[in-house]
Order: sequence, then structure tokens, then C-alpha cells
Amino acid sequence: MEVNIVADREKLNMPVKLRVDNISLSFGGIKALRNVSFDINEGEILAVIGPNGAGKTSLTNSINGFYTPQEGTIYFEGKPINHLPPYKRAKLGISRTFQNIALYTNATVLDNLMAARHIHMKATNLITGAIFYGVAQREEIEHRRRVEEIIDFLEMESIRKTTVGALSYGLRKRVELGRALALEPTLLLLDEPMAGMNVEEKEDMARFIIDIHERQGTTIMIIEHDIGLVMDISHRIVVLDFGQKISEGTPQQIRHDERVIKAYLGQEA
Amino acid sequence: MASNIRPAGVFDTSYAQDMKINRTRTSRFLANAAFVAVLLLPLLTAEGGLGLSVVPAVWVGIVVRIAIYTIAVIGLNILMGYTGQISLGHAAFVGVGAYSGALMARLWGIPFWIAVPLAGLFTALVGLLFGLPSLRVKGFYLAMATLAAQFIIPWLMRYPMERLTNGSRPLEVPDPQFFGFSFGPQVVMYYLIIPLAVLMAFLARNLTRSRVGRALISVRDNDLAAELLGINVFRYKLLAFFVSSFYAGVAGALWAFDIGSLSLDKFNLALSIEFLAMLIIGGAGFPLGPLFGVAFINILRENIIPNVVSNFKVVLPNVFPFIAVADVESSLVPFLFGLALVIFLIVEPRGLAYRWEILRIAWKIRPYAY
Ligand SMILES: Nc1ncnc2c1ncn2[C@@H]1O[C@H](COP(=O)(O)OP(=O)(O)OP(=O)(O)O)[C@@H](O)[C@H]1O
Ligand SMILES: [Mg+2]
Repeated sequence: MEVNIVADREKLNMPVKLRVDNISLSFGGIKALRNVSFDINEGEILAVIGPNGAGKTSLTNSINGFYTPQEGTIYFEGKPINHLPPYKRAKLGISRTFQNIALYTNATVLDNLMAARHIHMKATNLITGAIFYGVAQREEIEHRRRVEEIIDFLEMESIRKTTVGALSYGLRKRVELGRALALEPTLLLLDEPMAGMNVEEKEDMARFIIDIHERQGTTIMIIEHDIGLVMDISHRIVVLDFGQKISEGTPQQIRHDERVIKAYLGQEA
Repeated sequence: MASNIRPAGVFDTSYAQDMKINRTRTSRFLANAAFVAVLLLPLLTAEGGLGLSVVPAVWVGIVVRIAIYTIAVIGLNILMGYTGQISLGHAAFVGVGAYSGALMARLWGIPFWIAVPLAGLFTALVGLLFGLPSLRVKGFYLAMATLAAQFIIPWLMRYPMERLTNGSRPLEVPDPQFFGFSFGPQVVMYYLIIPLAVLMAFLARNLTRSRVGRALISVRDNDLAAELLGINVFRYKLLAFFVSSFYAGVAGALWAFDIGSLSLDKFNLALSIEFLAMLIIGGAGFPLGPLFGVAFINILRENIIPNVVSNFKVVLPNVFPFIAVADVESSLVPFLFGLALVIFLIVEPRGLAYRWEILRIAWKIRPYAY
């Protein structure tokens, strides 16, 4: 199977966007990740699935640099990024959403998105920011335009100036996606973007994700429990169980994988 | 909060317009009217030279003190209100600004208008140093670390640096020289300090609505998300300490030149807590919070409490003969002060500035506003 994927990639000429190479992570006695390796190819939607506690969020946090794996290397666009602090990894173009929404609750939707433009707004510093008129205002307007495009795209015009704390759960999830997009990522990590949503909200979210991928060719790693949905939107799937990768392949391959059915799908059915 | 509500007919036609601080005619008018009133105030006193004495002369001093306190509390607002880093050492930083400004003038004859910003910068560096613990600890533990600053700094100034600061004895501050103005010194200070306070408030308002301010708010609301989305959290925490202490230092230096004689006892924990009370009552994280809080507490302390106390002084010893008149004052003042704060925090924990926002919205959507 491994061989097949490599062959596929060469055929499609897709370079590796992110390589997770043999990483292990433990918290005291708990082994959250054990020797996990896989690639995310440029331009694909890769789903990571697995039962609760399988290590999916830990994996995302390791890619971000929030957790430091005791073993293994993570490569982004061919270069190891283990030594980089989280904010520098964001500057490389890695952005994400959080399983437990992590917005700036007391700020407006607009400010949440503008805050994610941080790495792109290089002209505004302590001095130019305090003076505001001139440099900072020009930059503000320029980036406001980009943010308004995202607000438009995610159909959030009416809540633009609403404080995030006052929004419904479903809308907050959407704002989080918007904030992740405002960073203009080339790799987008989505940790259960549809968890806790109703069917309609889930469909909206799936549509947005597919749209993002089609319009901007953003490479996406999505963690999701809804298997039907995962099978529909992802190109490839990585399956984790108890911190180990137990399978990897196309939705077709995963659907018929004995170990996956036993560990995960069987449990659901 | 629906701060975006505006009267019908007021539309933003550009992002620049949408970013204006005062977007409606009413709020622009109010801001301008307040500014003009403050500028005219000294001229309306007996010492104003116009032969008017509409306003008692003490008001000049009161407004100057409100302005100086407001600068200090704006600094605390940037640190606590916007960045969420608690500080129990703000008074010590104001003290650093006061003494460094005074010493620059005493030792090297540096003129007032250079000494004030230099004192601000020096204090900012000291603040940066004491902000280092914020890189490791948060909340309660950070409060403890800043409390350490509140004790270490005055101690250092009192003992190891006694030769410079006069230790426990007062330190005389040279009169501010400013291009030979011939008003009474209080009025000169007034026209120097008020525009400076307005400028400092304006710069803080700009900073907090720019990229830098959003980074600070991100750190406050969710430091993890901020870090993972490209904000160097350590850097912005330190920047908050730097800016906050700069404001404290400028306020301190102005204070020194205004009162002309410094004593280390003034910059104690009680003052730090008073700054905190002012910020919380005024509204932490709101641009107008510091001004509201400082004004409110000044009025409470100077007008309301003395009034209440003078009544009780008569009533209490009459009703309870075992109560001495002198005790009424010494115990009632802190009691009433504390009581007012507690009531306030229960009624409006988000502060006066929040109330103000609500009122503004109510005004804008009042019936037939157009
Ligand atoms: N910060 C932490 N400290 C201690 N243990 C942790 C920490 N983060 C994760 N773990 C443990 O690591 C294991 C994997 O957790 P993780 O959150 O990565 O799972 P998950 O696959 O995301 O699960 P879920 O589907 O419930 O979100 C769990 O046993 C969890 O308790
Ligand atoms: Mg998880």
C-alpha cells in the first residue's frame, strides 16, 4: 500500500507539503503518539480519523509546535521545523482551527480575523501604530479588504461587528475557520470543524472546506468523526488508534481495511 | 456588544471612515465640547486674568491631578485591560518615573520637557525587566511577581540609592522651566499637562486599535491561539510591560514637576491598588475606562466621602457617646471608600465605560433618532 501511494504521487507529481517522520509523544506514562509517520501532499485534503483519545489533537499540536514530540522529525516543504516555536511555524503558512473553539472572545468577528493578518501586516509597529494616521491606517485598510473577502465568502456580513462571545456555537466554528483563513495558510489544519453541529451547519462547513480547496488549492488536514463526510471530502485518510497509525489510504481502501473496521468503523456501526 | 449601532443615515462609505474614533456628529461634538471646556477652565477662575471667578481655583489643581492619574491608569489599561497581565506594582513604576525625572533635572539640569519623556523611557526599561516573569507565570503568580516589584523598587530607592533619592526624606524638584511663561506655575502646568494627557490618550487609543493592539487583545483572550496563529506572545507581553511602564513613568515625572517635592511613601502598594480600583471601576479594556475611573474616584474621595463623613461626625458621637469625633473620620473614610467600590463592582463589574457604551447605544436607537 505504501508503495502504491508513492507511485501515485509520482504520477500526479505532487510534492510533499508536510512530512511527519516517526514521531512519538508521551505525557508521563501516557503515550499519545507512537512512531507515527505519514505525508501530506501538496494540494490534497487528508483526513485523520480515529477513536477518542487516539492522538489526533496531539498530532495537530505537534505539527504546530505546541507539543514537542520526544522523538521524530516534522518537515514542512522539505525543511525540518522541530526547532521552530509555534508562531514561526504560523509564519511559514501553517494555520488551524481548534477542537474546543479558541477565539478571542471579547473581540469582534472583524478583529478576530484582522488579528490573524498579524504576520502579513509588517509596517505597523509600536511607533507607526501609535501614530496610526499614514502607515498604519493604509495597512489597516489594505488588510481590511482581504478580511472582508473572507467575511463575504463565509457569509458572515451580518455579524462582522458582533463580539464573538455573543455568537452561537455554529457561528463561532465558522468564525474560527475565517480566522484560520485570514492567515492565508498554505497548510490548513482543521481539528473537528463540524463537531457538535447540526446537519445543515455541517453541510455549510463541508461546502466551505471544499470551496477553499478548489479556489485556493490550500492543502488541508482535517480531523473528523463523521465517517460518511470524511469519505466524501478527503483524498486520503490516515487512521490512528491508541497513538499508532493503523492504516493509511484512499477512502476506498480505508473502507475495506479490516483493522480500521475493527478499531473504529465497527465501533460506530 | 452592538457598538456598531448608529443612527439611520450614518453610513460608512469607506473603511477609513469606519475606523474613525468618533463616527457620529453627536460623539464628535461631545468630545470637542469637553476639550474646549477643559482648555477654558483656568481662565474662568479668579486667577484666570479675565476677572471671572466662575470656577473655584482648586479645580485647576484637581483637573491636573486627574490628567496625571489618567496617564498612569492608561498605562495600566494597556497592560491589564488589553493584554490581561495583572500588575500590583504600577505605583512603583510611577515612582521610578517621578524620581528619575526629578533627578535628571536636579543633577544635570535637563529641562522639564526632555526629562519627562526620558523618565518615561527609563521607567519603560525598568518595567521591561520586571515584566520578565510574565513569560513564565500568569494570573495569581504574576500578581505575586509584580507585588515583588512593588516592594523591591521603593526599597532600592530608599536604601542603596539614598544618596540620590534622599531616602526617607523628601526630595525637592526644581521648578519646571518652559520658555519663560509667566502664568502662575499651576496654570502653566495645566496648559502643559492637559494637552500632553490628551496626546498620550490619543496615542494609546491608536495603538490599541492597530495591529499591535489586536495582538495584545489576542494574548489576553487566548494566548495559545495567539501563539499558534503567528503572534510572538512573549514579545507582546514584554511590549505591554514596556508601554505600560512608559505611561507610568511619564505620569510620575509630571507628578514630580507638578507637586515640586517627592516622598517615597507615596508610591506604595495602596497607590497600586488605587490604580487598579480606578481601572476596574472605569472599565478595563475600554478606551475611556481610565478617565472615567480616575474622575469617579477623585469625586468620590474629594466630594462625596468628605460630605458624608462631616455629617456622620455630628450624628454618630451624639447617638453613640462612646465614639470619639476623631475616630469617625479615620475609620469612616477607608470604610466608605471600600464600600463604594464593592457596591460598584456588584452593580457594574464591567465598569463605567461599559455603561457609557450601553447608554450611547440607547441614545442612538432612541425613537425618532432621525
Ligand atoms: N496536555 C496533555 N497532558 C496530558 N495528557 C494529554 C495531553 N494532551 C493529550 N493527552 C492525552 O493524550 C491522548 C491523546 O489525546 P488527544 O487529545 O490527542 O486525542 P484525540 O484523538 O484528539 O481525541 P478526541 O477525539 O477525543 O479529540 C489522550 O490519552 C489524552 O488524555
Ligand atoms: Mg481531539
